[in-house]
Amino acid sequence: MNKKVRILIAKPGLDGHDRGAKYIARALKDAGYEVIYTGIRQTPEAIVKTAIQEDVDFIGLSLLSGAHNELFPRVTELLKKHGAEDIIVFGGGIIPEEDIPFLKSKGIKAIFTPGTPIRDVIDFIESQKEAKNNE
Amino acid sequence: MNELVEGIISGNTRAISKAISLVENDGPDKIELLKEIHRYVGESVIIGITGPPGAGKSSLINVLIKEYRKQGKKVGILAIDPTSPFTGGALLGDRLRMQDHSTDENVFIRSLATRGHLGGISLATSDAVKILDAAGFEIILLETVGVGQAEIEIVEASDIVLLVLVPGYGDEIQVLKAGIIEIGDIYVINKADQMDATKLKTTIEYYLELSPDKNANHRKVVLTSSLTGSGVDSLIHEINSTYNFFRKKGILNERRKTRIRKEILRILNSRILESINQTFNGRNFDSSINKILNKKIDPYTIADSIFEEMKKRSQT
Repeated sequence: MNKKVRILIAKPGLDGHDRGAKYIARALKDAGYEVIYTGIRQTPEAIVKTAIQEDVDFIGLSLLSGAHNELFPRVTELLKKHGAEDIIVFGGGIIPEEDIPFLKSKGIKAIFTPGTPIRDVIDFIESQKEAKNNE
Repeated sequence: MNELVEGIISGNTRAISKAISLVENDGPDKIELLKEIHRYVGESVIIGITGPPGAGKSSLINVLIKEYRKQGKKVGILAIDPTSPFTGGALLGDRLRMQDHSTDENVFIRSLATRGHLGGISLATSDAVKILDAAGFEIILLETVGVGQAEIEIVEASDIVLLVLVPGYGDEIQVLKAGIIEIGDIYVINKADQMDATKLKTTIEYYLELSPDKNANHRKVVLTSSLTGSGVDSLIHEINSTYNFFRKKGILNERRKTRIRKEILRILNSRILESINQTFNGRNFDSSINKILNKKIDPYTIADSIFEEMKKRSQT
């Protein structure tokens, strides 16, 4: 048995600012994970379908347009609908502090705002992985 | 297990993707699964797509999917990208070009990392193909990593190979070399909107004329542009006619037999290796190693005597 952690980095919504998503994809690759990157302007439907086909453990959503309160919960809803709520969702981008509790209540496990050291993201993934293994 | 097999046969996306993970991770039920689905396998047309990095393999696949979907065919895609030899990580970016089809129920795309395997595909590729085959995908497109000159394992994994090249591949000498340039059943010159595409076409056609392979005159060179979509219908036409030619001439059957033969050998190899590891687990060969180091004996003689010992053990 030779399991690898697989992570989908996806950009929902209409903004084209993909620098952050590409940065995180590259950094997670360098941390030894298998990262699937699908580019900008993905619908929540496409993201969830991709996550299921790729059998990922995590989805990282990146959004800078301000539509996170709509689009992030839509992803977790669709995962539930497809019986794939075991996939852990986290988010990043320009997200105001006051929106974070709402997003967490919708099943987004963590939000990483600009300036977050990449180590924090890796620590998050490792701790979630461990929690999953202990289930 | 039965549930997983039933899921695959009925084309359930989650079952297919879990099964691919199982073969990729070399999970405990892998062999049982592959045994179970064997009788459902052998119906798909397996098309290998290879070529150097940036030749436009993924974009070409995107337009091929579109054409096959127009014909109502179910399409499965395995896209392979390299694993870092330094960190073990991978950035799988092929499906970025194929996201037009991400919500189509009849298209299944899976990215695979090479996980240290050389040769252009991952070790699990052939087993993943079987899963897609059993799940009823009529067309399976296999995209290799961006290859250099010698990664040709795709030949064994597929029924028909498209070699995707772009203008600027190099001069005539590059085309005359051995390796990758020899493996195309169809040569696709992509980005044909760029300069010198027809020049490369002429060079390859000339090379094919010289080829000692008697079926070489059936190997076609097609100009395509994934950007404009031009040439894609003639590519599909060539794929169909080449496939039918292979079937009529028994070439397809030969290829599939070769694949099975190699598979048996591969399984045997890993079994034998396993049994060697089991037999000699924990033995460090220290005294033999010292003898070799001091030139008292050579490593071949030592290996022979160990091999003899193994044979004796397996007889008892």
